[in-house]
Amino acid sequence: MEKKKIKIKHRSVGGWIWVVVKYFSLIFFSFCAVLPVVSCVITAFKSDAEYQSTNVMTLPSSWTFDNFVRAFETAHMGRAFLNSLIVMVFVLIGAILVGTQLAYVLNRFKVPGNGLIRNLFLFASLLPAVAMQVTVYKIMGNLGFINHLYGYIIMMMGTDIISVYIFIQFMENIPVSLDESAIIDGASYFQIYWKIILPLLQPAIVTSAILKGVNTYNEYYSASLYLQDQNIRTIALSLYTFTGPLGNRYNLICAGVIISLLPALIVFIICQKQIYSGITAGAVKG
Amino acid sequence: MEAEKKSFQKKPFNLIKWAKSRKGQQVLICVGFMIIPLLLLFVFTYLPFEEMVRFSFYKMKYGTPREKWQFVGWKNYIDVFTRDDCFGALKLSLYYVVGAILQLVLALYLATILSFKVKGGNFFKGLMFFPYLISGIAIGFIFKFFYTRGFVFDTILQWLGFELDNLPYWLKDQSINNWSLVATSVWRYFGQNMVLFIGAIMSVDKEMYEAAELDGANGFQQFIHIILPSIRTIVTLNVILSITGSLSAFEPPYVITSGANGTGTYFVIMNEIAHVSQKVGLASAMAVVLLLIIFAATIAQKLIMKYLFRNANETDEIKHKKRVKA
Repeated sequence: MEKKKIKIKHRSVGGWIWVVVKYFSLIFFSFCAVLPVVSCVITAFKSDAEYQSTNVMTLPSSWTFDNFVRAFETAHMGRAFLNSLIVMVFVLIGAILVGTQLAYVLNRFKVPGNGLIRNLFLFASLLPAVAMQVTVYKIMGNLGFINHLYGYIIMMMGTDIISVYIFIQFMENIPVSLDESAIIDGASYFQIYWKIILPLLQPAIVTSAILKGVNTYNEYYSASLYLQDQNIRTIALSLYTFTGPLGNRYNLICAGVIISLLPALIVFIICQKQIYSGITAGAVKG
Repeated sequence: MEAEKKSFQKKPFNLIKWAKSRKGQQVLICVGFMIIPLLLLFVFTYLPFEEMVRFSFYKMKYGTPREKWQFVGWKNYIDVFTRDDCFGALKLSLYYVVGAILQLVLALYLATILSFKVKGGNFFKGLMFFPYLISGIAIGFIFKFFYTRGFVFDTILQWLGFELDNLPYWLKDQSINNWSLVATSVWRYFGQNMVLFIGAIMSVDKEMYEAAELDGANGFQQFIHIILPSIRTIVTLNVILSITGSLSAFEPPYVITSGANGTGTYFVIMNEIAHVSQKVGLASAMAVVLLLIIFAATIAQKLIMKYLFRNANETDEIKHKKRVKA
């Protein structure tokens, strides 16, 4: 109660200016953040005639879903959604299994070269992906992985150091006595991993899965190199359909863009907390 | 003799027993669990890395058989530094460095605001963060649309009283187009940086603010004396990360202008040389040069951090004493 009084007293002229500046900044930069997307939404709902005759920022007089339907069909987005789903399911399962297993071994056993292995992963994260694709492209070709979903999935599965760090950090808080009592009960190490560690890691897994999932869903540079056939394109790639002759029909393009970002929006609304904590956890350690 | 025979006979038996023993199980699980990640790491990172270094000394294309590779020594490296399109492109990263620094300042400012009680704070945070979750290619389309003559950006500026005739072509005019692209990158990442800083600020002990408030410190003083020192590690880290990130700027020019009208950054040019003109050797040399620069920057970062924070423990102690006093 007393504290409140002090605060009210403190809110002098300067205090009020600060409040105004504060909210003005928030509103202004939020506006900047949503403006490009909102303008896209407005245009996506316009019919061809209206798109050509009105300014882009004028609201449509009649909202039409035609563009969404047409964009969905021209870019074969149904198939692309299915492909993206397949890629994500396999990449996430693979990356989580591989990542947690690596973290389990690095955290629970005295592996020779433990530090070296961590450094190898750390060093790998320094190499920019675009530069690496110059030669990865050749290796993918030699392995026969180009233009196959499984090739792209295997390449994307490679563990990133950030999720391994998140797992290790989390595992440090799982008491080793749990493992020991399981061993006394006759459990094998694999059973300890599968029945004790993996279930307890769940929050960390959710966090890193969401981050990796969003990254995989949005990844398009390597996808554009390795998934060139029409019927194995992911969602990010399906947007390429709108370059070329369709390049100036922005009501159609905007509809396609909006469709492609809906899943990310839904995940964001549901899992805000996990996404934020994933960003912070990854950054502090990485 | 007898003993030797015994142990000889025992050996195969021992192996199975060994596999069942604790020690053996440990080895098996370690190998079993590490082989896939290490294999992936080797095939998609270290093997390409090694090949990149090797290719950079040859003149070759992707399809060229091994025996037709032409060894050219350091020529590719000399080309990287002498060809206008290669090394000149690195200068463009200066635009992105400036953008990245503005982005960090903005993110820090907004993070500080949002760390205190603000009405609708979570809502604003969400709005500003969301661009980070949009794919690069979608952002490309959004901003092509945004910057088109007479479209979104021009309309907004006209509302503010600008004449359309006085406005430049945002993506064509060479005096401005790189800034337009940098702005898209700031737009995409400032929210992510902000969330990161909020996380760091939140980890500061709440008692410190209360103590400071009792001492009569205002918001600005709190920022300078409590927030900034506590998050300086993460700020410095991000400053340096954004510099290395700027060197490898790729997505905005690649998806929005395809590098036309003088917007081709180093990686855009490298991608073109590798996948369009198929000069794999030259592209590899470009990649190696940039990697060397990034390593140098990373080592410099380690040294700078060490130098900057050599007194960190001391100041922490002082802070602690202050807190105790308060």
